[in-house]
Amino acid sequence: MRRLSSFNITGLILGYAFLYIPILTVVVLSFNDSMLVTTWTRFTTRWYTSLLENEGLIDSVFASLKIATLTATLAVILGTFAAVAMVRFGAFKGRMLFSGMISAPLIMPDIMTGLAMLMMFVATEQLIGWPSHRGLMTITIAHITLATAYVYLIIQARLADFDRSVEEAAQDLGARPTKVFLVITLPMIAPSLISGWLLAFALSLDDLVIASFLSGPGATTLPMLIFSSIRLGVSPEINALASIIVFIISLGVLVAGLATWRRQREK
Amino acid sequence: MIHQNRPLKRYHSRRRSALRDRQFVTAVPYLWLILFFLIPFLLVFKISLSESVLAVPPYLPIFEWVPEGFLNIHLNIGNYLRLFLDPFYASGLMTSLIIAFVATLVCLVVGYTIAYSITRIPQQWRFIFLLLIILPFWTSFLVRVYAWMGILSKDGLLNQLLLSLGLIQEPKQFLYNNFSVIVGIVYCYLPFMILPIYSVLEKIDEVYLEAAYDLGCSPWGAFWRVTFPLSLPGVLSGVALVFIPALGEFVIPELLGAPDNLMIGRIIWIEFFNNRDWPIAATVAVVMLLMFIVPIMVLQRRQLRKQG
Repeated sequence: MRRLSSFNITGLILGYAFLYIPILTVVVLSFNDSMLVTTWTRFTTRWYTSLLENEGLIDSVFASLKIATLTATLAVILGTFAAVAMVRFGAFKGRMLFSGMISAPLIMPDIMTGLAMLMMFVATEQLIGWPSHRGLMTITIAHITLATAYVYLIIQARLADFDRSVEEAAQDLGARPTKVFLVITLPMIAPSLISGWLLAFALSLDDLVIASFLSGPGATTLPMLIFSSIRLGVSPEINALASIIVFIISLGVLVAGLATWRRQREK
Repeated sequence: MIHQNRPLKRYHSRRRSALRDRQFVTAVPYLWLILFFLIPFLLVFKISLSESVLAVPPYLPIFEWVPEGFLNIHLNIGNYLRLFLDPFYASGLMTSLIIAFVATLVCLVVGYTIAYSITRIPQQWRFIFLLLIILPFWTSFLVRVYAWMGILSKDGLLNQLLLSLGLIQEPKQFLYNNFSVIVGIVYCYLPFMILPIYSVLEKIDEVYLEAAYDLGCSPWGAFWRVTFPLSLPGVLSGVALVFIPALGEFVIPELLGAPDNLMIGRIIWIEFFNNRDWPIAATVAVVMLLMFIVPIMVLQRRQLRKQG
């Protein structure tokens, strides 16, 4: 029988401590009144209120949210199309190339994806005058390519172990394949679509390197702003900003995760 | 006759529309990837063969129509020669390889231990533990790297802890060296190692282990002879998911590494942004792609196909 040995328990405690202590220190220190990050004086929320007065920050948050929303939506569409093509359509011309291209961005270092995309945009600008400038749109296009790979992975896994009997029933009753997909399949894989959307959103919101290559004057995303300030060192304001990000994301992931968990237990 | 043909006609028109839908569903992502993934990388290859100039864009065209109607082709392999002859690039490559290798190894040992321990947890609680593994991965990458700046710096938390325990007499700089870069990589990429290993370990049938015990295997022997070989596919994809991004990592060496720590990712960045030498940046990218990324991807695909 499988049992937890003391080795397992020690491993788990140390492992989770390693994963969580660094983040927790940032959160704790964000409430520290001292300018010196590491000496605790007293509790304060002043770093949070000073964030609200930072206009550049607010602008970059909105730019990032815009890019992430668009990225997630289009990546879910492209990722679903790709997953359906790969799982359902059997052999087609160029399937090998397709499956290679769709998963390659997963392990491609960001710096190479960013470099390649920028060189392409520069070339098309010379050739056909598009894009006229680099900014939110070029960042979004690059993010979609990256995020589609992740969405594809999630939806492909869901479609691969999909019970097709309901689909077959609908087909026997005379529904066209497209209708079967829209009315039966899509609602059944909806949870995967949602987690794909959220993952794509989080990836886009988090990307620094690709955005740095593809942004132009006036387009600063939140990670670009954070990066330029943490290059200068640790500061309490960044601690506060980081804590807000950690809080929002953890809340989202925990709510979504626990909802899935309860659904699984009910089954 | 006509009456009999109608269902057949409807069947054919349905088949046609279904086929059209299928072509559409395949073509849209296919075209996207060709336009925004394949062509960009082909362009990187092309630019790696052109000459660097001070212009916008900062490289000379390879193909040029001269007025007499000839196609002039300027191929320049100088960038590749420079890459192999200038020790600057070779040492950057070595640094990246060593750091990525050590970090992947640490990730493997730590990640395997955690993944293995999670499979020992009662089924109904595993989900929570997995969720807690995934959670930091969703949290901002920059924030995770930043957290280590606050811990490892000279006035950081680790120094304070060691000072108060009396283990060191004066603060030490733990930041800006290869050690801090490795810690950062392990921290950021650990979930990518744990998850694939866990998903393979979870599926291993207990029967094999029981058979090994019945035949007199020690627990340690059973692990190395049964569990570990069966978990190899997960180990391989975990290694690929950590090693390749670590090799091209830019943010972690930039923030946690020494200023003279020039991993490949930083070299590409510096050549591109600071020196505006696009051709050499492209050359570094091509060499890295052909030497490491393509072979590992091919290896991984072969492994996946073997599993069916």
